[in-house]
Amino acid sequence: MMTLGSEAELAEAIAGASGPLCIQGGGSRGLAVEGEVLSTRALSGVELYEPGALTLVVKAGTPVAEVEALLAAENQRLAFEPMDHRGLLGTEGEPTIGGVIAAGISGPRRIQAGAARDHLLGVRFVDGSGQVVKNGGRVMKNVTGYDLVKLLCGAHGTLGVLTEVSLKVLPRAEAEATVAVAGLDLPQAVRAMSAALGSPYDVTGAAYDAEAGQVCIRVEGFAGSAAYRSGKLAELLSPFGRAEVQPQARDLWQGLRDVSAFHGRAGDVWRISVKPSDAVTLAPRLEAEALQFDWGGGLIWALVPEGTDLRARINVPGHTTLVRAAQNTRARLGVFQPQPAPLAAISAGLRRQFDPRGILNPGLMG
Amino acid sequence: MEMPSPNPAILARKARLAARLLTVLPADAVIQDEAETRAYECDALTAYKCPPLLAVLPRSTQEVSDVLRICHEEGVPVVPRGAGTSLAGGALPTADCVILGVARMNEVLETDYENRIIRVQTGRTNLSVSGAVEEEAFFYAPDPSSQLACAIAGNIAMNSGGAHCLKYGVTTNNLLGVTMVMMDGTVVEIGGAHLDAGGLDLLGVICGSEGQLGVVTEATLRILRKPEGARPVLIGYDSNEVAGACVSDIIKAGVLPVAIEFMDRPCIEACEAFAKAGYPMCEALLIIEVEGSPEEIDHQLGLITEIARSHNPVELREAGDADEAARIWLGRKSAFGAMGQINDYMCLDGTIPVSSLPFVLRRIGEMSKEFGLDVANVFHAGDGNMHPLILFDANKPGDLETCEAFGAEILKLCVEAGGCLTGEHGVGIEKRDLMLHQYDEADLEAQLKVKDVFDPKWLLNPAKVFPLTVTEGRRAALAAE
Repeated sequence: MMTLGSEAELAEAIAGASGPLCIQGGGSRGLAVEGEVLSTRALSGVELYEPGALTLVVKAGTPVAEVEALLAAENQRLAFEPMDHRGLLGTEGEPTIGGVIAAGISGPRRIQAGAARDHLLGVRFVDGSGQVVKNGGRVMKNVTGYDLVKLLCGAHGTLGVLTEVSLKVLPRAEAEATVAVAGLDLPQAVRAMSAALGSPYDVTGAAYDAEAGQVCIRVEGFAGSAAYRSGKLAELLSPFGRAEVQPQARDLWQGLRDVSAFHGRAGDVWRISVKPSDAVTLAPRLEAEALQFDWGGGLIWALVPEGTDLRARINVPGHTTLVRAAQNTRARLGVFQPQPAPLAAISAGLRRQFDPRGILNPGLMG
Repeated sequence: MEMPSPNPAILARKARLAARLLTVLPADAVIQDEAETRAYECDALTAYKCPPLLAVLPRSTQEVSDVLRICHEEGVPVVPRGAGTSLAGGALPTADCVILGVARMNEVLETDYENRIIRVQTGRTNLSVSGAVEEEAFFYAPDPSSQLACAIAGNIAMNSGGAHCLKYGVTTNNLLGVTMVMMDGTVVEIGGAHLDAGGLDLLGVICGSEGQLGVVTEATLRILRKPEGARPVLIGYDSNEVAGACVSDIIKAGVLPVAIEFMDRPCIEACEAFAKAGYPMCEALLIIEVEGSPEEIDHQLGLITEIARSHNPVELREAGDADEAARIWLGRKSAFGAMGQINDYMCLDGTIPVSSLPFVLRRIGEMSKEFGLDVANVFHAGDGNMHPLILFDANKPGDLETCEAFGAEILKLCVEAGGCLTGEHGVGIEKRDLMLHQYDEADLEAQLKVKDVFDPKWLLNPAKVFPLTVTEGRRAALAAE
C-alpha cells in the first residue's frame, strides 16, 4: 500500500506506477479493485474555511467526520447529506471527503439541496499520467472553461485521483420537523410524497418505509418556519391518512440515509434511480425481500437474494448500482449499469484520455 | 479580437454545401443570401461581427443530426446558436462556418408535475419555460437577466445563472437530462427524469461547454413550486466595506436569502436618473429578498434588518406591499438599460470570494482613474458574482480598445483575489485569451482532451473558450485534412 503525504509525491507515484492501482480514501465504500492500493488518507487537512462565504477547501484524505465537526462549530454543514456506507457494507475505516466526492455520495436532502456534485466548487487531481490538474475554484459561480469538477465527481477515481476539493457549505437548520403518515401502500405513498414535494413548503426529505407502510416528510429551517410548514404539510397530507408531526427525527433520517433497515441482513443490496412515479410499477417486478424508498420514490434501495440479476427485471428508464454483493456476483453483474453504446464510447474515450495506461481503478466503471 | 482566417477551400464549396443541406432541410431553413446571413453576424457582444457562410434553422433533432452529419463529412465548422444573447461572443460566426440556430425548436414536449419536470426543445426561451408551468404555480429557477429572450440551448451552453441562484443554483443544478447531437450526427440521450444519471457525469461537463461538445436539442429541466411569497428589503451604506461585512454577517447568521444584490454609487446614480426608483444616494446599496409565508418572511427580514442595523445603514427600507417591492427592484432591474442610456458599455462577470469584495471594488475604482473610463458595479453579492459595467464611447477611436484592456485587468484582479474570469456569461471569445491567467497549460490541456473525445475533428465552435495559441495544433491538423 502506498500512502502519500503530498500531491507531488502522489503525482510521482502515479507517473512511476507499473501496474493497476486501487485508489482508496478510507476504504469504507467497498469498491476496491485488484491492484496496488494507493491511499489518499495522508493528504489531510483544511486549506481554507470561510463561513461568511460558505466555502471550504480541504485536502481529499480529510475524514468526513472532521469536516462535519469543523462545520458544525460554525453552525454549517454539507447540505447534500452524504451517506455512511459502513453499516450497510460491514466495512471499517474512516470515510474521507475525497471518497464522498469520488463516489458522488448524496443523501435524502439531495431532492432539495442537490447532490454532492452540486456542492463541489473545485478540484485538484492527478491524472493517470501523473499530471496535476486543477479545475473550478473556490467561488460559487464559475463557468470558466469546461466543468471537469462535475466529471471528476462520481468518476470513482477512474479519471484522476482527487487531492483537494472545494465545497459550498450551507447553514445548518435551526430546527426540523418530520410529518409521518402511516398505513400507506406504495402508490398512495408516491402520490403523498409527490404532493408534498410539489407544495411550496420546501421539503428536504421524502421517504417511504415499505415494511412499516409509512411516509416521512421532512422540513428544516428556523423553528417557527419548520413548525408552520410541518403543520401545513400535515393538512395537505390529511387525505392520505392521519399525519403525525415529530419535532425531532434526526435518527430516523440518519437511518434512512444509511439504509439501516438492511444492516446485518443477508442478501445483495441494489440502488435504483428512477423517475419517482415509475417506482410504483417497478417495485413489484423487483420481487425484493425488502425495499426502502427515498427522494419521493426516485431512489429505491432493494434487498434481494444473493446473486439476483436485478437489472434484468427493470423495465423503466434510470440506472442501477450493485452496492453490496459477493465478489463473484459483482464480477458477473458489474457494479455499475452498462451504458448505451454511444455513451459507453464517450466514457471509454474520456478514460483513455485521462488515464492512457488504464491503471486507475481499472475495470471499475467499465 | 483575433479569429482564425477562414478556410478558402470551404468558402469555395458554399454552393455545394447549401445544395446538400437542402436535401435534408426545407428551403426556408437554409439561409444563404448574404443580406440574410448578416442577421447572424453577431450576438449580444456587438463589437465583433462576421457573417457566416450559411445559417440553418432546423425544426427537429433529426434535422439537426442531418445537418451535423453533412457538415462533419464536409469538414465545415459549425457554430451553434440559441437566441443570440451571449455577452461573450459565444455565437460569433467565422466566415467559413455554418450557424446552426435552434430558435425554431421551441416546443414544450412534456410537463409532469407529479415528477416535477418539464421537457422542452432547447430553442424555447427561458421565461417561457416558467410560463408553461405557471398555471400550476410552478417555475423554472435559473433566471438570467436576458430571460425574456435567451434560449435554454444557450443557458445550457453557458451554464447560465441569475439573481436567484444563491438559493436555487444555476442551470447545471436544474438540468436533469439532454438529447444531444454529436458532431458526426449521432444522437445521444443523457440523464432523464430520474435525479442522477449513471456512469460518468457527462451531463455535468456538457453543461457549460459553450456548444463545443455537441448540440443539445431537448432538455429535461427540474421545475419547482413557487414559494408562497417573496419580499425585498433595501439597505444603503456609506461604504462598500460595510455593505460587504453586512452580507457576510447575514450569511454567517444562517439566513439564506434567495437574492442579495449589490450596487455601488455610480450604478445607483445611473439607475436613479433612469428609473427614478427613489434610491438613496449612498456608496453601496443592498437589495435582499427572502421567500416564504408572510410570517416566515417577517422572521427572516427581522434577522436581516437586525444585522443590517448593527452596521449603521444610511437607509433601510422594507417593502410594505407589492408596489413597494416592485419599486425596490425597479432600479436594479433597469440597471443595464440605464447604462445603455448613458453610453456604450461592456459588462463583465468575474466572480470573487465575498470576503475580497471591498478590496476588489477599491482596486476597480483606482483602475477606473488610471484608464480614464467610468465603471459602475452591480452584482450578485451572495455568491460574489460581479458585474462591472465599463462605460465607453464606441464612436471614439481607441475607446473600445481601452475598455477591453481595462476589462482584462479587472478579470485578472478577480483571479488574483481567488475568483474566476466568468461566473455566468461564459468565456466565448471575450475572455478566451485570458484563460491562461486562471489555468496553466496542463489545466487547459485536460479540458481540450474532453473536446477531443466529443468532437475529434474540432468542428464545433472551434475558435472559442481557449486561447488560439493553445488550440492551434488541433485546429491546424483539421485544416490540413
